[in-house]
Amino acid sequence: MTNMSRDVLHTLSSTSIEKCMSCGRCSASCPVADEMNIMPHQFVALLKRREVEKLMESNTLWKCLSCFACIERCPRGVEPAKIVEASRLAVIRQQGESHISADEIPKYLESESDLPQQLLVSAFRKYRG
Amino acid sequence: MVFSYYPGCTLSTQAKEMDVHARKCAEVLGFTLEEIDDWQCCGAVYPMGSDEVASKLSAIRALHQAKEKGQDLVTLCAACYHVLKRINEDMKNKEMQKTVHTYDNSLDYHGETKVIHFMEVLQKHVGFDKLKEKTVNPLKGRKIGAYYGCMLLRPSSILAFDDPENPQIFETFLKALGAEAVEFPRRNECCGGYISLKQKEKSREMANEIVENAVRNGAETLITACPLCLYNVAKAEGSSIYYFTKLLAEALGVKE
Amino acid sequence: MKRIGVFVCHCGTNIAATVDVVKVVEAAKLEPGVVHAAEYPYLCSEAGQNMIIKAVDEFGLTGVVVSACSPRMHETTFRKAAAKAGLNPFMVEISNIREQCSWIHKDSKDGTEKSIILTRAAIAKVHLNEPLHPGESKVTKRALVIGGGIAGIQTALDIAEAGFPVDIVESTPSIGGKMAQLDKTFPTLDCSACILTPKMVDAAAHENITLHTYSEIEKVEGFVGDFTITIRKKARYVDMKNCTGCGLCYEKCPVKKAPSEFEQGLIKRTAIYTPFAQAVPNVPVIDKTQCIKLKTGKCGLCEKVCTPKAIVFDQQDELITEKYGAVIIATGYDQISLEKFGEYSYNSPDVITGLEFERLTNAAGPTGGDLIRLSDKKKPRSVTFIQCIGSRDTSKRGKPYCSKICCMYTAKHAMLIRDKYPQIEVNVFYIDVRTPGKNFDEFYRRSAEEYGVNYIKGQVGKIIDQGEFLTLQSVDMLGGKRMDLQTDLVVLATAIEPVKSVRIIASMLTASIDTNNFMTEAHPKLKPVESPTAGVFLSGVCQGPKDIPETVAQAGATAAKVIGLLVKDKLMTNPCTAESNEKFCNGCSACTKVCPYGAIAYDDGIVHVNKALCQGCGACAVTCPSGAMDLQGFSNRQLMAEVDAICR
Repeated sequence: MTNMSRDVLHTLSSTSIEKCMSCGRCSASCPVADEMNIMPHQFVALLKRREVEKLMESNTLWKCLSCFACIERCPRGVEPAKIVEASRLAVIRQQGESHISADEIPKYLESESDLPQQLLVSAFRKYRG
Repeated sequence: MVFSYYPGCTLSTQAKEMDVHARKCAEVLGFTLEEIDDWQCCGAVYPMGSDEVASKLSAIRALHQAKEKGQDLVTLCAACYHVLKRINEDMKNKEMQKTVHTYDNSLDYHGETKVIHFMEVLQKHVGFDKLKEKTVNPLKGRKIGAYYGCMLLRPSSILAFDDPENPQIFETFLKALGAEAVEFPRRNECCGGYISLKQKEKSREMANEIVENAVRNGAETLITACPLCLYNVAKAEGSSIYYFTKLLAEALGVKE
Repeated sequence: MKRIGVFVCHCGTNIAATVDVVKVVEAAKLEPGVVHAAEYPYLCSEAGQNMIIKAVDEFGLTGVVVSACSPRMHETTFRKAAAKAGLNPFMVEISNIREQCSWIHKDSKDGTEKSIILTRAAIAKVHLNEPLHPGESKVTKRALVIGGGIAGIQTALDIAEAGFPVDIVESTPSIGGKMAQLDKTFPTLDCSACILTPKMVDAAAHENITLHTYSEIEKVEGFVGDFTITIRKKARYVDMKNCTGCGLCYEKCPVKKAPSEFEQGLIKRTAIYTPFAQAVPNVPVIDKTQCIKLKTGKCGLCEKVCTPKAIVFDQQDELITEKYGAVIIATGYDQISLEKFGEYSYNSPDVITGLEFERLTNAAGPTGGDLIRLSDKKKPRSVTFIQCIGSRDTSKRGKPYCSKICCMYTAKHAMLIRDKYPQIEVNVFYIDVRTPGKNFDEFYRRSAEEYGVNYIKGQVGKIIDQGEFLTLQSVDMLGGKRMDLQTDLVVLATAIEPVKSVRIIASMLTASIDTNNFMTEAHPKLKPVESPTAGVFLSGVCQGPKDIPETVAQAGATAAKVIGLLVKDKLMTNPCTAESNEKFCNGCSACTKVCPYGAIAYDDGIVHVNKALCQGCGACAVTCPSGAMDLQGFSNRQLMAEVDAICR
């Protein structure tokens, strides 16, 4: 794990975490927060404390759906999903940290005939960068 | 009325019927969709990292091409709409324009193109009243719920498609076709999106909740504008979901 | 040539920390006409003022420049000091080197340079200053209160008790305002109506108070001490003198479909109605948008049953014009619209606002105080309150401020439920619980500790109406848990905002308003109940969110300030008024069109300024194409001299 500094994450996500007033509306709006070991509001709090490594190790990166409910409902314009994405990028941009490989694709395509191309492209973008 | 048209990857393959129906309907309704040349996949998800440029170039090329033709750029797929519209917004930033120019100096683009969804063409350019007039097979007695999902609505500050918490455009569309529009609270909740590739149980659970909520509110069928939503929601128990274009084609009498 | 003294203030470190005051003094000494320049830590102090007075005498000064804070703060102070020294007070000029220099420049070099330039400009202006002499204007000893809620009632009562006549203009059919709708009041839980209605009756019965209900402000003219205001008394279609308030009319009215404003739309009312049983005056009005007779000419049932013959279908709006010395804005608040907050499912009958809950729990309310779900009339098994709906929200749909009253009224509501129905579970989702105020925090803690209200630190993302119950997608932040909480009734602590009409009223009175439509005070700390417009005062929530005790306290403070104005027989007028030089006037009359005070008369090719009406705004001077119109104390020559000095 590299020492990805808070500032790098901050730049990557370009959000204003200082605006967060810890209301929790992001986590309340998140459809998968119950499966995350770090919920969206905690993601913002940990970034404020510069605990970037914890973020990069969390399962939140692979649970987030990019549905933007947290961004839409944040009363302060914080954009938690962008921080999750930045952390995910910080992980998958490292060598050997990709969460999907091209070799898996035939398996998916064979098992389901109705699988849309959009799904493959989305997953590749989110899990491989 | 002539629009530049961006079909996107799935509409050329898995969701071909959406493309076919939309073109036929456009003809009946008096507008033309001109497919732009040599388009490439938009990337399906919007890259949120502020340092990402290369992953946005295919979308920028499409936007640029529409600008050269002086036309609005129409999409059908909700994901393409989302990605193109957000990247178009990014291109209003001077720094971004400069960076893109260094990648490809033929791209002299500053966010001039207007990205509009096919549904917005029906609403703003055709008009739902006219659509009602053109309807030959009204969908009488059909109780249909519009499933919006995420990509068309959020974040509303950029997409500005409809009220993100209480959207109405698809409902108005359904009423124009003579159907009964069933509103249900989960119509703007996520279907699970791309996690259905690796976490099928979770996306199935989410789809079940959506369909259960729609049925509880009286919907017999759902419509969508997103191929990924269709794929996920179709897997739910007791699900019946179509592309909105299918119903449109049926109502206009152009469905084969 | 004038003999000018320049005095530079440190304002402690407020100015001196960023501006090199010694350099400013040295630079001032080089200016023509400056015979003395000095600096001092606090010029506004007695010692500082004495220093100026002494210097006037010692150096034979004929003009004074004070480089210090904003003239809004201390111009009067230094003018008085100059007068003590025998100078005409208008021979003093202020250059603002605090708000415009030290407070906004981080860099000392920039701050000092700008201070020198502004001081130079003031010196250039003082060279052209001439002695001015204020005139006098009369004070009409009558006050107008706009808004008949608790703020307006209390202000009016206090002014009336001091012996001055007061008129209250209230837009709805009865005085009482929001407080009349409330059930109990925190932190004592005494009945709102029980403490308010006696005041309503007092106001109506007071010999010095005239009520104009169902009335609005139509037009405002004049200025402090001498306002002329036109009030529109909307047609009530009921003769106030003849009506006995028996209530037969609304019992017989066949229209029963209009949403009751007083009951927050929870039930319907008739077309002829009094908003509530204790309404003052107890005289109904006919809602012309609902009345069958007024719409179609048929019906007229109310007229038939009214034995005193008080129904007057052909009644017209009436305009009353009255003179006032002071005007008090007490227009109050409304809850914001929840139209843009679709995720909270406010369209569900089982999701209500705080004010709706007041009616639902009130013994005089639509359910007789029985707490039920409006969808199925069943008793809820659990009630959940959500705080900060639209408050502390910087997005376009919300309000950036804290609405201040919600934490306390929610604690009250929660306690009332648990007291009356111990079997009902009560939850409160909060961001922060804010309870500063006497006995406030104790009250909130009592709701949690003694009444067992569940306070959950967290918020709700979305409410899904499932029919028999509601599902709240929510988070418990302290427990670190995402929850789908099931509840039967939800109360939204909806943000409050000033009533919409306050914008129109403020613009008629030329009183200023902030970005959230709250009225602006003349000074947030030192003049909190005065508007920046002389003669216009503020009372209640129109100035900022506040609860009942604070509102009543402020209403009294406002009354004291108004009384202080009304006891005066004469006011000094501002001598900085416009003046037209007849020799240059080309008779175009452009000035008469821009004057907002109607102070310029056009007669036979030339214009005359009425000094009593002119407020010295300068609009005419900048409009005049021939340079004939000038503002005393701010003449074109003076302003150009300042510009020249700055550009030098």
